[in-house]
Amino acid sequence: MTMTSPTPTAPVKLAPSPRGSAPHRPRRFKMGAGQQMKGGPFAYIALAVVGFGSLLPLYWTLVAASRTQDEVLASTPPFLPGGRLVENLQTAWEQANLGKAIVNSVIVSSSITAATLFFCTLAGYAFAKMRFRGRGWLMTAVIATLTIPPQLSVVPLFMMMSGLGWGGQLESVIFPTLVSAFGVFFMRQYLIEALPYELIEAAKIDGANNFRIVVSVVLPVARPAMMVLGMLTFVQAWNDFFWPYLALNQQNPTLQVALGQLSAAYTPDQSIVMAGALISTLPLLAVFVLFGKKIVGGIMSGAVKG
Amino acid sequence: MATSTPTRDAYVPPPREPQKEPPSERRQLWRSRLWRFDDKASPYAYIAPFFLIFGAFGLYPLLYTGWIALHRVSMTGLDSMEWVGWENFDKILHDPEFWTSVSNTFLIGVISTVPQLLVALGLAHLLNYRLRASTFWRTIILTPYATSVASAALVFALVFRADGGLLNWTLGLVGFDPVNWANGHWTSKLAISIIVIWRWTGYNALIYLAAMQAVPNDLYEAASLDGASRWQQFLKVTIPSLRPTILFTIVISTIGSMQLFGEPLLLEGGAMGATGGNENQYETLSIYLYNYGWNLGHLGPAAAVAWAMLALLLLIAGVNWLIGRYVRTSDSAV
Repeated sequence: MTMTSPTPTAPVKLAPSPRGSAPHRPRRFKMGAGQQMKGGPFAYIALAVVGFGSLLPLYWTLVAASRTQDEVLASTPPFLPGGRLVENLQTAWEQANLGKAIVNSVIVSSSITAATLFFCTLAGYAFAKMRFRGRGWLMTAVIATLTIPPQLSVVPLFMMMSGLGWGGQLESVIFPTLVSAFGVFFMRQYLIEALPYELIEAAKIDGANNFRIVVSVVLPVARPAMMVLGMLTFVQAWNDFFWPYLALNQQNPTLQVALGQLSAAYTPDQSIVMAGALISTLPLLAVFVLFGKKIVGGIMSGAVKG
Repeated sequence: MATSTPTRDAYVPPPREPQKEPPSERRQLWRSRLWRFDDKASPYAYIAPFFLIFGAFGLYPLLYTGWIALHRVSMTGLDSMEWVGWENFDKILHDPEFWTSVSNTFLIGVISTVPQLLVALGLAHLLNYRLRASTFWRTIILTPYATSVASAALVFALVFRADGGLLNWTLGLVGFDPVNWANGHWTSKLAISIIVIWRWTGYNALIYLAAMQAVPNDLYEAASLDGASRWQQFLKVTIPSLRPTILFTIVISTIGSMQLFGEPLLLEGGAMGATGGNENQYETLSIYLYNYGWNLGHLGPAAAVAWAMLALLLLIAGVNWLIGRYVRTSDSAV
C-alpha cells in the first residue's frame, strides 16, 4: 500500500507477510503512538507549562487572600503570600455569613451525595442486570435528560419551591438534585462488567429476594464505583452555583452563594473576596490531594463508554 | 450518542424454584407468585425514584415554563398569574438586548469550546505517552475542575483587571499597552472563554485520554508498518477512533456553554454582572434570564427566554445530528 492512498482506518487486518519480506525496521519503531511510546523532554515541558497554568490561579488566590486590598491592586501585583491571611479569613467569615454557609454547603452536598448514590446504584443495577419491558427506551430517556440545562426550568421551580414553603430553604436546592442521569449511567456501565450473573443466580438459589440481593450482593460489588461517583457528585454539588444563587438568599446561603454575594457588594474588598474563595476551594483541593488518583480514574472510566 | 445503544442482553435464566422439600402445594404456589411479582416489580421500583424526582423537578417545570411564559407574573406576587398570550415572547424577541445575548452566548461558546477541545486533544496525546509520575500530571491538569465557577470567576476577575491585573502586568513586561478586558467587546468574551477553558480543558483531556487508551495497539502497529509517520498515525488512527468521544465532548461542551452564568456574572460583579457589562458586551442568555426574572422581577419574560433557549438547543442538536450524519456517510464513502 502506498502512503498516498487514504489509509483505511477501521479494521486494518495485516496479512501475515511472507517470511523474509517483512519490512526491515528496528523493533521499537514498530510501536505506535499508543501508550508504549516514551515521552520525550518536549512532553514534560509542555505538561509543566499547562500544569503551571492550571495551578497559577489557585496560587494567586492564596496570595491575594493573604494581602491587603491595596497590595493586591497595586500596579505591580505581589507574588508571594503576605501575612494577613488570618485577619482576612476572619473578616470574610463575619461579612459573608461564611460559618453558616459552610454548614449549609456540607448539609446540601452530603445529602445530595447520599441520595444520588442510593438511587443511582439501584437504578444502575436495574438497567445493567435486570430484564424488564421498556428497558431500552427508558435508559435512552435517562441519558436524554443529561442534555436539558437547568435554565429551562428555574422559573417554575422557583415558584414551586415558594409554594411548597421552601423558598430560600436548603430543601429547594437539595430536592431537584437528588438523582443524576450521569450517576445512573455510570453505575450501569460499571455493574454490567463488574457484577457476574452467576453471583445474582447463586443468591437467588439461596432464596434471596431481589432487595436482599441488592443489599448483600450488588452493594458490595458496586462499592468502588460508588466511591468515585460519590466524590464526583460531592464536587459538583459543592460547586453548584446557578440554581442555588437564584433559590437561596443572603441569610441562608451555601458557600458559592455567599461568595457571589460577597463580590456583588457595593464596594467589595478584593482580598476578603479571595479569602472567601480560598475557604470554598480548600476542602475540595484537600480531597483532590488525597484521592486525586481515584477521581482521575473515575472520570476516565466514566468517559470510556461515553 | 453512542451511549443510548442498549448493550446486548445477557441470558438471564429464569428464577429457579428453591430446591428444598416443597412444604405443600398451596404454599409453593403462593411463593412462586410472590417470586414472580418480586421479579416483575423490582426493576421498576429501582428506577422509579429517578423518574419520579426528575419528573417532579425537571420535566414538569420544563413544561410549566411554557405556561408561565404566556402570563404576567412578578417576583413580588408569585401567586397571581395574568394571561397575556404571546406578549412576553413579543417583548423579548423585539429586545435588541436579547439578540445581543444570543450572539454573545454563541460567540463565547465557539471561542471557548473550539480551542478547549483542541488543546484537550493535544494534552491527552501527551498524557498518553509513557511518562514518569503520570498520575501526578493527570491530577495537576484536573485541579481546575475542583474549583467552583464562583471562585474561578473571582480570581480571574483580578487577573483581568485593567490596571494592576496580573495579565496586563505580564503584557506590560513584554511591551504591550494595558488592555481593558471587561470593557472591550472581544476582550471581555475572550476573558470569559479563558475562565471556561481553564476549568474544563483538563477534564476533557482525561476523557480523550481514556478513549485513546482503548484504541487497540494493533492499529498503530499496522499503520506504522504501512509507513505512516507518527503525525499521520495521530490523524488517521487516533482521531477517527476517537470520533464518538469527540462528538460526545462537543455535545457536552455546547450544552455547557449555553448555560454560562457565573463567569459573566462575577467578571466585574455588582450591577455590571446583572447586565453583562455596560454595553451588554458579555451578557449571556442565562444572565439575560436572571436579569429579567430575578433582577427586574418579571418572571413571564424570563420563562419566555427559557423557551427560546430550548429552541436554540434543539437547533444546535439538529445541526450536530446533521454533522454527525454527514461525517458518517462521508466516512463510508471512503
